[in-house]
Parts: sequence; C-alpha cells; structure tokens
Amino acid sequence: MTIQWIACAVLLSLLSGGVGLGASYYRALLRWACFPLLGLSGLATVIAGFLALLGDPVSTQLPLGLPWLSWSIYVDALAGFFLILIGVVVFAVAVFGPGYTREFQHGRHSLAALCVPTGLFVAGMQLVVIANDAFMFMIAWELMSLSSYFLVAYQHEQAANRRAAFLYLLMAHIGGIAILLSYGVLAAFSDGFSFELLRAAELPTLWASIAFALAFFGFGMKAGLVPLHAWLPEAHPVAPSHISALMSGVMLKVAVYGFIRVVFDLIGQMQVDWGVIVLLTGSASALLGVLYAMQQTDIKRLLAYSSIENIGVIFMALGFAMIFLAAGYPKLGTLGLIAALYHALNHALFKGLLFLSAGAIIQQTHQQSLEHMGGLLKRLPYTGTFFLIGCLSIATLPPFNGFASEWLILQTALQGVVLENGLLRIVIPVTAAVLALTTALAAMLFVRLYGISFLGQPRTRQARQAHLPSFGMRSAQGMLAALCILLGILPAVAIKIMGAIPQTLRGLPAPEITGQGWLWLTPASAASASYSAPLVLLGLALVWWLSYFLLHGRKHQQVQRVPAWDCGFGPLSARMQYTATAFAMPIRRIFKPVWLIDEKIERSGDEQGFHTSGLRHQLQVSDRSWKWLYLPIGRWVLRSARLVSRLQSGNVRTYLSYSFFTLLFLLWLIS
Amino acid sequence: MADLLNLQGWLLVLLQTVLFVLMAPLLTGWLRLLKAWLQNRSAPSLSQPYRNLLKLMKKEVLVAQTTTPLFRIAPYVVFATTVLTAAIIPLLTVHLPTAAIADVIVLVGFLALGRFFLALASMDAGTAFGGMGSSREMTIASLAEPAMLMAIFTITMTAQSTNISQAIDFLLGQGLVLRPSFMFALLALMLVAVAETGRVPVDNPTTHLELTMVHEAMILEYSGRHLALMEWAAQLKLMVYGVLISNIFFPWGLALDNTPHNLLLSFISLIGKLMVLSVVLALAETVLAKMRLFRVPNYLNLAFLFALLGMLSHVILEAGA
Repeated sequence: MTIQWIACAVLLSLLSGGVGLGASYYRALLRWACFPLLGLSGLATVIAGFLALLGDPVSTQLPLGLPWLSWSIYVDALAGFFLILIGVVVFAVAVFGPGYTREFQHGRHSLAALCVPTGLFVAGMQLVVIANDAFMFMIAWELMSLSSYFLVAYQHEQAANRRAAFLYLLMAHIGGIAILLSYGVLAAFSDGFSFELLRAAELPTLWASIAFALAFFGFGMKAGLVPLHAWLPEAHPVAPSHISALMSGVMLKVAVYGFIRVVFDLIGQMQVDWGVIVLLTGSASALLGVLYAMQQTDIKRLLAYSSIENIGVIFMALGFAMIFLAAGYPKLGTLGLIAALYHALNHALFKGLLFLSAGAIIQQTHQQSLEHMGGLLKRLPYTGTFFLIGCLSIATLPPFNGFASEWLILQTALQGVVLENGLLRIVIPVTAAVLALTTALAAMLFVRLYGISFLGQPRTRQARQAHLPSFGMRSAQGMLAALCILLGILPAVAIKIMGAIPQTLRGLPAPEITGQGWLWLTPASAASASYSAPLVLLGLALVWWLSYFLLHGRKHQQVQRVPAWDCGFGPLSARMQYTATAFAMPIRRIFKPVWLIDEKIERSGDEQGFHTSGLRHQLQVSDRSWKWLYLPIGRWVLRSARLVSRLQSGNVRTYLSYSFFTLLFLLWLIS
Repeated sequence: MADLLNLQGWLLVLLQTVLFVLMAPLLTGWLRLLKAWLQNRSAPSLSQPYRNLLKLMKKEVLVAQTTTPLFRIAPYVVFATTVLTAAIIPLLTVHLPTAAIADVIVLVGFLALGRFFLALASMDAGTAFGGMGSSREMTIASLAEPAMLMAIFTITMTAQSTNISQAIDFLLGQGLVLRPSFMFALLALMLVAVAETGRVPVDNPTTHLELTMVHEAMILEYSGRHLALMEWAAQLKLMVYGVLISNIFFPWGLALDNTPHNLLLSFISLIGKLMVLSVVLALAETVLAKMRLFRVPNYLNLAFLFALLGMLSHVILEAGA
C-alpha cells in the first residue's frame, strides 16, 4: 500500500506541475487545478509516510533508469517520517497558495513559471526521500535544486534576485558535486550504486572519513550550516513566500535526511571525531545564525537566518548522537537521533507557519522591512495570533513544541558525563551552554520580531491599511499553529510513533523516552529527568483561571481606555517607538566582532556642536563570511581562470594540436 | 509515575505554593526594612508590600488605547508562570509530585515564558519606554540565562538528575561535602539572581529614571490589578531565586518526610536561610552603585565564567571520583 500511495503522491505533484504549463493561458488553472493537486499530493504523502513509519520497510524496482542500473525505491521508517514532514507542509502551502498568489494572477509574471517548478520541486523532494540508489538520489536531488532555482528567480526583473538565484544555483551544485563524490567513494568499495550494496561495503577508516567529510560538506551546504550558508539568506527572501516556506521548512530537512541516510546508514561505521566536527559546526551555526538574524530588518531574511540557527541545533543533536554511537552508547545515540528528528519536524511546522504568515503580512502591507510595520495584530488578528504561536514555539518556550525538542537535546547533552574521554566531557557541556545562549537569544529575537511588527502603532500608511488575508491563507496558518500546539502538548505520543526509526535505521534500541506513558517524557530514567507537557499546561491554566477569577470574576466593570503615558509632552507618534534596529543595538554592541559593522553618523549644525539641525545615521551590518571566505575564493577562481585562459589563443590550429597531443597522451596511457 | 496519585503530596504542594505566594511580599518587605536600617532611614512596616498590593487590586484599571488584548493577558501569564515555578521548587519538603512534571530546565523555561510575555506587553502600547525596557530586559536575560543553566547543569550533573526534588534528595543524602564546583555555581547563581530579579547593581526596582529603568520601564503602562499581578510576580520571582539558592546549596533542614514536626523545623530553617541571604543582598545593594547598562554584560560574563569554572571543576576534579 505504501508504494501505491507514494507513487500516487509523486504523480499528483508532477501532474500539478504539468497542468501548470497551461496556467499562463488559463489563469484559473493555478487556483483550481495546480494547488488542489499539490494539496492532494501532500495528503497522499502524509498517508504514505504514516504507513511506512508504522509498518515494515518496503522496496520495489521501477521500470525506469538505465538497462544495467534500474531505479529502485525503498521506504523505511526514516523515509516515512520525512514523508510526513514534507506532506504536512506541502498541504499547508497548497491551502495557502490560491489566496497568496492572487496578486501574481494579475501581475506580469508567467504563472507557468511558478506552477511547473513548484510541482517538480515537490516531486523532487519526495523522490529524494524514497530513492534507494545513488543514481536516482542524485537525479531527484538535482530536480529539487534546479526547480527551486527557477522559483528563487521567479521575480527576476530585479538584479538582486537574479544574483541571489545564481548564488543559490552555484552553491547547490558545489554541494551536489560533494554528495556525488561521497557516493563515488562508497561505490568504489562496493559492486554497484544501490543503497543495499553501498551499505554492505567495507570501507577503511580513511576512506570512510573522506566519504563522511564529502557528505557533510554537501548536505551541510544544502542545509545552510555556517560557513556554507551564504546562499540561504539571499535565496529565501526573494522567492515567493509559500516557496520560502517549502524551502526553509522542507528542503533543508531533506538535506538533513540525506545526511542521516548517508552517515548513519550507508557508511556504516561511526567515529567520535566526526561527531565532534558535526557538533562544533552545529554549535557555530546555531549561535551565529541567531546573532545574524538579530540584526536583520527584513522579515524574511530574519526568518532565513533563524533557519540557519535551527539547522545548527538539529546538527548539534545529530553530533551528540554520533558521539554516543561511536563511543558505544546506543541508547543515548537513539535519544540524540530522536531529539534531532523531532526538532526537524517541529522546525518544519513553525518555520512553515512563520514564512506563510510573513507572506500574508507582505501581501497585505507590501512591506518586507520590520521598520515599516507595527500594530498589525489589530489589523490581522488571526495571522497575529498564529504568528504568536509560531514565535512561542520557535523561541522554545513551554509548553510548545520547540521546547519539547530542545529539552530532549539538552537532556542528551547532560548525559555526556558517561563518556570516558576527558576532553569530550568538557566539550559537551560547553556546547550545551552555547545551546542555552542560542535559545535565550532566540527568545529575544522573536520578541523583537513580534513586538516590532505586530504590536505598537503602525509605522507606515500601508501597515495601517492592512486587511484580513483570505480564508484559505488563514486556515493554512491555523492548521500549522494547531500542529505546533499539539506536538508541544503531546510530545510523548509523537515520539512513540517515531520509535521505529532508530531500530530500522541501524538496529538501535527503541527510545525509552516514552516509557512512562503518553503523559511523560523521560529521556533516561524516570528518576533522572521527566517532563509532562499536558500537566504543565493544566497547571498553567489552573493558576491563570484562579488568579483571573479571584481578581476579576466578581465585578464586571468596563475597563477604561486612555492615551498611553506621554510624560506630559503631548501626543505620542508612531515614530517615537523603538525601532527594530534600536532594539537589537545592545546585542550589536556586546557581540561586536561577529559582524562587519559600517556605521556612519553625519551631523549638521553649527561648528561648535551646540546646536544640531540634522542627524543622518547610516548602518550596515553584514556577514563576515563574505569577506573571510567567499570573496577570497571568488578572487582565486577568477585568477586561476585567467591563467587557464592563456591556453585560449582563438586559433583553430592550436586547438587541433591540443586535441592531437591529448589523443597521443591517452593512447600512451592505455598502451 | 506513582507519585502522581499521592493525595498527601498534592496537598503539600498546594500548601507550600500558597505559602510561597503569600510569603513573597513579606520577603520584599523584609528586604526594604533591612535596607532602610542600613541606610539609616526610618523603615516602612513589614506589611507595606501587602497593603500596596491590596490597594492596587482595588484600584480602577486604565488601559492605553493603542494596546491589544495581549496587554491584558500578559499579567496573568506572567503571574501564572511564576506561581508554577514556585510550585516545583521544594520549599519545605523534598518530595514533591510536581517536581516530576517539570524539571529544572522547564523551570528556566517557565521564567522565560513569563519574560517573553512581559517584554511583548511592554511593546504593546507603542511608547519609547516600553521598547527600551523590553530590549534591555531581553538583552540581560539572554546573557543571564545561559549562566544560570550552566550553574544548574553543574548541580544536576553531580546529582545525576534534573529533577529538582531528586537532586536535593541526593545532596542531602551526601551530607556535608565541600565541592569546589558548587562554590563557583553558587557565586554564578547569586550574580544571575541579582540580574534576573532586577536588583542593584543591574537594575534598581525603586527608580523611575528613564535612563536607567529596565523592569519599571516595562510595566510603566500597567495599573490596578494588572500592576498588582506584575508586582506580585516580581516579588515572587525574588523569592523563587532566594529559595532556589538556599535550598540547593544549603539544603539542610528540609523535611525528608512529611511529619508536622519536620515541616515546622523546615519552615524555621527556611526563614533563617532567607533572612541571611537577604542581609547579603541588602548589604550589596547599599554598598554598590548601579552599573551603567553596558557594564552589565561584563558582570554577566563574570557569572558565566564562574558557572563555566564550576562545570569544569566538576568534570575535572569530581566526576568519576
């Protein structure tokens, strides 16, 4: 059954793309065919995912591919889990899409250029997850990368967008090459490209390490780990918002899937050093991601950087799992793996929700900068409420879902004392502290995001005139928000369903997290740590109700509304509010070396400085990785290209002689 | 989780939570009394904080026109999370059924949840003060929280449990052992407590000077019962940190079983511990001047350093020994 459902899902998304070809002529197709088909595909993916997660692994050969290399698919619990993740967000996007793309329908952009790549993109992601040989994996991977390139380049009339799309394409392919080479190393020690054969290959440690390094580089680049993240904050903001939700919520997770599949499953062995590398890279991504996000004023760029942070957190958990597995603690390895997967699912949900909400805001206000928003909660009450739930979840506050997964990750880190290696015993608690710092900064980040955009007074006319988004858009947000709450309150149920993954992946023991029933999360044993989200919620509601009842219940007087306190200086205006830049200023000052800060203050007035008639403040905060990594590499590439170009004389005879000598050389080689 | 069905345990939780909530204003009053004595002023009566709260509860509520419903929800969230925090900290007795529901990490999470809503509510009215208070509070909290978690991790790693009842039980069972890691953790936690509860030298709870306010700037728009809840929550938070420090680092006196005799003894020892702690705080508040805002990060870095040293000395000197 699983195979039929997944085939159905892939065909539906391809069909959605195919129908989209006509959308430029029949604009209604977008609304009435493309998105509904995509939604059905999402539903079918979820069903297939649940069947795979709860059932036994299934595999089958496809009548496709080369004669000696036919494609095969394999759906186990891990694939099933990621299918659910893909399906849920795709479904939400399909519900959100018709309302959101309304303005594109009257715009000058071709709708086919939106529909066709969307369908292919979703199909690509579905195929990556179920691929059972390196060949099909790479084709699906490239399908995903290329189609999303067209989506990033959709609004291509702006040079910045074209540049972002090019950067994305370039980095996606460098990463793709690394993944291909990683498979190549594995295939060199086996008889073929199918995952069964790769899994059976016995690699010497050196080559296994090379395969790991290539896979980590390739998948890390796609997932957006620092310092390979440069494409992410450029590409995500310029794509249409429902595509950003797919890219940030789902595509990054597909990269996480690829990493888990190759490193935990195919390579077969595990080294402590690899785990440490993954852990440290993850910590750096988490901390730098949140710090960079803090300085963004573009709402979608901010969310993109926050994705880097969360991917960092996921890789930290994977790093813990790898260290424990390599050191011979399979139970703790399971714990780390489950925590990473749960955080991946949660991040898909709340980041999808936040990007969709950002899309609704941008559609209503035509502003992307936080400095032009404000007071939106009054104008967009539904979006505002759902966005708040997303912020609470991503800021890892109890009893929402982000907290549940982060709690598990911290608990995994605290088990580090069992390790014998003294250095590791120090490194792991320190990374736990980095995680705590990241979490606390994330809370500040989302106070800033929500407070500046949704609270206070509107800073622009557009923000004042925002209207409710369409019903479909609101229900998509509502669905994701409800799932965030549900997974926050019932983490034990969700983790119980996920329980088969470590077993089928590596033959690891089932997690003991849910050993005490659906109310409890107990990572190691009931005595050492436990958390019960439902009871926490109950307690919170109880105290709330009690305090409300005692203070407020008896007298029902109308609360008087008065102007805010203005210190007696006349009315407050929207410009007197704190701005997003001002809000983040203390952090900018404390963590100064992290950014490249260019701040200029020009004062105009009299010479002595007693009277100032005007002040101009210019601030540019940019990513250091450009100056330290990307620009030097770019220059090096250009320089070597110039060296190579000396070969190009433009003369046919020279080229013929090159061919001749190459031929001679090759003949000499084989003789 | 058999503890859950223990009626006596739940009654004790209820009793100690009510006691916690009711005693919080007393602690603030006592602290004010001490400070007044130290500064050679005539002191307000110990019941003054209670009278203030009662007065505020009776007063009419004024709400700024620009605010949203979030502004009116926030005081209840802040109060509820702080009460819940109080409910999981052993005040008189070690074995609490609530400690299994939420461990120390969740405790930090509760405080963060309350702070999140407080900071949002302060931005709701759209005044400059609100944004300023919110930005400062979140900055301080984002540096204090990791230091606090590090200090707590040191303790939980020693006790091998993040369940706070279990941890204290373990420490009581060990008797008097001098651990270098605990000295550092204690220092770190005390520095963090001062920052998190908004005391001198990080913030001054008695000032309304716009350039220095943090907490007061955030609750500037509140009045009536909302303000009462906010103030009460702040007093409760002070008590939470006081009890946390005294019962983790000096757990002696806490009742291991729930006989009335032991509970009474535990209550007396708690009063004693809190009185000593508040003398330390009052002395510090009298001797020190408030820091400039941008010196607070250095202060918190010191706390973080102590916490890190505590953890390292645990890992190097104590673990496995």
